[in-house]
Order: sequence, then C-alpha cells, then structure tokens
Amino acid sequence: MNEIAWIDTALAAARPQAIGALLRYFRNLDTAEEAFQEACLRALRTWPSNGPPRDAAAWLIMVGRNAGIDDARRRSRTQALPPDDVISDLDDAEAGLAERLDGANYRDDILRLLFVCCHPDLPATQQIALALRIVSGLSVKELARAFLVGESAMEQRITRAKARVAGAGVPFETPGAVERAERLGVVAAMLYLLFNEGYSASGGEAHVRSALCDEAIRLARLLLRLFPAEPEIMGLVALLLLQHARTAARLDADDCIVLLEDQDRRLWNGEMITEGLGLIDKAMRHRRSGPYQVQAAIAALHARAARPEDTDWTQIERLYATLERMQPSPVVTLNRAVAVAKVQGPEAALALIEPLADPLAGYFLFFGVRGALLQQLGRTDEAREAFNRAIALANTPAEAAHIRLHIDRLLTDRRSDGDA
Amino acid sequence: MLYAILCYDSEEAVASWSKEQHAGVMARLGAVQDKLRQQGRLGPAASLVPTTAAVTIRKSQEALVLDGPFAETKEQLLGFFIVDYASLDEAVETAQELARANGLGGSYELRPVSVLQPGGL
Repeated sequence: MNEIAWIDTALAAARPQAIGALLRYFRNLDTAEEAFQEACLRALRTWPSNGPPRDAAAWLIMVGRNAGIDDARRRSRTQALPPDDVISDLDDAEAGLAERLDGANYRDDILRLLFVCCHPDLPATQQIALALRIVSGLSVKELARAFLVGESAMEQRITRAKARVAGAGVPFETPGAVERAERLGVVAAMLYLLFNEGYSASGGEAHVRSALCDEAIRLARLLLRLFPAEPEIMGLVALLLLQHARTAARLDADDCIVLLEDQDRRLWNGEMITEGLGLIDKAMRHRRSGPYQVQAAIAALHARAARPEDTDWTQIERLYATLERMQPSPVVTLNRAVAVAKVQGPEAALALIEPLADPLAGYFLFFGVRGALLQQLGRTDEAREAFNRAIALANTPAEAAHIRLHIDRLLTDRRSDGDA
Repeated sequence: MLYAILCYDSEEAVASWSKEQHAGVMARLGAVQDKLRQQGRLGPAASLVPTTAAVTIRKSQEALVLDGPFAETKEQLLGFFIVDYASLDEAVETAQELARANGLGGSYELRPVSVLQPGGL
C-alpha cells in the first residue's frame, strides 16, 4: 500500500477544515497556514510508523494548534517540543476532544475561511487566487501557471490580497442565520467564477484550466456537505458537474471548439451527468428556485437529450426567460435568443438580440451568435461582417479558428449557390 | 453463501483523489473484478452517487421525505459487491484483495446476504 499517497490525500481532504479551525484559534491567516504546515510535516513523520489517526482533521487541528502555541513560546524563550510519537500516542484521546470542540464549529470554520478570501475589496481574480492558495493549498507556481502570470507577480498578488484581508480583520464571531446565508451566497459566486476561469478557455494550458474546474467542483461539493439542505448549493454543484461532464467533447483533436450540437455525446462523462441530474432533481423538490438551479436545469435538458434533435428547446427557452427575470443581463438574453432561434426561427431571435448590440459591443459571442443567425437567414454579407467582428474580439486562438470555420462555410455556400 | 462487500470511505477523502489516483484505483479494482467474474464469484456490483444527492424517506405512515442522510459519520456507503463463497475466510480474502487494490483508505464491511432477489433490470 502506498502510504505517502494516502497521507497526501488525507492532508488535502482535511485542509479546509483544519485551516478553518486554526484560523478561528489564531485569528490570523498566516499563523493558521504556518501551523497547518507544521502539523502536516509532523503527520508525514509520524503517520507512517504510528498509523493514520482515526480523524485526520482533528489530529491536524490539535497538533497545529499546539505547534502554533509552541512557536509563539519559542519566540520568547527556547523550549523543547514534546517528541512527536508522544503526540501521536495521545491522538485517540485528543481526537475525541477535538471533535467535540469543533463539531459544532467546523461548518462555520470552513465557510469563514472561504468567505475571508472573498473580501469585497479584492477583484474577482484575486479572490479566486487567494482561495486556491489558502483553501486548496495550490502552490504559487501552480497558480502562476493557471493564471498565466509570472511566479513573482503571483507571489505579489497573493501577498497583497492577504494583507488586504488581514487589514479588514477576520470575521471570527459565529454568524447569524442571515449572515450565514449571505456568506454562502458570496462563496458560491466565487466558486462559480473559479469554475468559469477553468471552463471558458481564456488561454493557458488546457489541463491546468481543467484542474481549476475540478477544484471548483471539489469545493462546491464540500460546501454542499456542510449545507446539505440548500437547494441553490445543490443547483451550483449540479451545474458545475453537468458543464464539466462535456469537457472531453468540447475541443477536437486540433483543439478547435466543437459546438454542443456537433459534440460526440458518447464522450460526455456519464458519472458526472448522473450525479448532476440527481442533484438538480433533488433541489427542485424544495420549490425554492434560484439562478444556479435554473442554469443547472438548462444544462440537465442538454444532458438528457441523447441526440441534439431530442433537445427540449421550448423548455430551455422558458428557463432562460425565468433566469432573465431573476438576473436580468444581456448575456442571459443572448442565450435565450439561441433557444428562440430553435423554437421560433432566426428572425425572432435576431429581433431579440438587436437591442443588445450596445451593451454587448465588446462581447465575442454576441457577434458569433448574430453572424450565425444572419447566415441562417441567407444575409451572407452581414453575417461575414459579424464574424469578422467576432474574430477581432476572440479571447483565444481556438475561438478565432472556430469563427473562421463559419466564414469558410459562408464562402463555400456562396460558391455552391453560384454554381447552381 | 452470498456476501455483500460494502464499500465505505469518507466522501471528502474520495473527492480529494487526483484524477490519476481515481483512475488507478478503478483500474486495479477492475482487474480484481474481472478475475472474480471469470471465477463465477461475482454477482451484482454498484457504485453510488455521493450522499449529497441522496433523499431519505422515513418509514412511517407519513413517509416523510428528507434531504439526507445528514449523518455526521466520517465514512459513507459508496457502493457494494455481491460475491459467492463457501466460507467467510474466502470472502475475507477477496475483500482483502479489493482493499489492497484500492489502497487509498476507507474500509470494506463484509455482511452475509440473507435474501438476494435478482430483479428485472
């Protein structure tokens, strides 16, 4: 049995709860992180010989807390630490204690830990980077690769974000129900952003980006285990799973974008889809709808269609209309227009997106959709103009290549028209 | 005698497996399952979606539907195998083989099966 692999997994799994509790003890992010690091080092030394503790998180919290306190003492006068095997022998007795101490708190500990990363003064990308660094334990090097910046720039970004969070003070008191719900909403939004950072290829190595999606799902699942009766959190996890299930089908062998209707649905991840459908069905029984549930319901309709022509576009259009009412946004309207095109035809869809030209003037997908609608209506010149705008606004070579494909099709269509 | 090998592990830990770890476990378990199947020892096997997707129905007149399980237990039921052996010792050996193939923590609970209805799926 590979002990180190097991220990690594246990440390990663225990990390949010352990750092969350240590943050409550020390009320300082850096101290909490250092104490956790120290506890991990001791775990690597003692677990292989003494065996794994029954509750890894409780063990790490106890040892980390002692280490943090020892560290503070050592700074005033040098004092010998207790031998590690003694700490490990005490483990079972202390684990029970730690569990009683922390059982009631750990939900709020983890939520607080995620929440401090979402400080409103921090720009979204910094919130995500900070959460990945502190909660997920990604190294600065990994973060730099994921966000396409140099390591020193990322180091600086993290340091600055931490300083800002520290300056704001950690909200260590136990939150009331309203405050807890607010924190949950803010954290859910951050996880959604994290997922999108990995999902919409805004550059970078594909597998690094996909790891961001995996991590967003892991943290969202964690949130759901902490708040298992929150339909919006069920919706969030369902949404992320249903979207991520399509990953293998979204790019072809040449890294070109494959549209939903052209994707090989056998490449979709069946396990993720099953879990996502199970969660959205369960969420909807609560009859407390919200934007994540509606988006998950839309993704579920796509996932349930064995073939593109089986897609229930009427229902999708209705769900987008619901989402529009909940969260009015030109991007949502643009998405609804795609469904409207399927149900009522391109003319109606074009009329729907006409007023969006202004708010979405810098949005790649607006011109992509507009071009496709014009193309369907045979307005080739206008279509090409829209596609050219889209290429100019494309975020990645894959997006640009995809639009070029459309233009090529326009040219071939015209040529065959001319031949006829 | 039929035995159920019930697979328990912390969902938190399993969710923290890397893709490679996950694929490795599945491949190693698959190899053991293939062998058991060839030997005619393996019955139905299932893996379950995490408990966050579970719904609990209380056995009563009201048949109350709840989210759940809310159990504060560290390990959850993730799936099971049904195997056929003459003795408990042989079944234990197989469970040990599966345990070594998994190798990433958690436990198997071995329970004799009293009734197995094949069903019609």
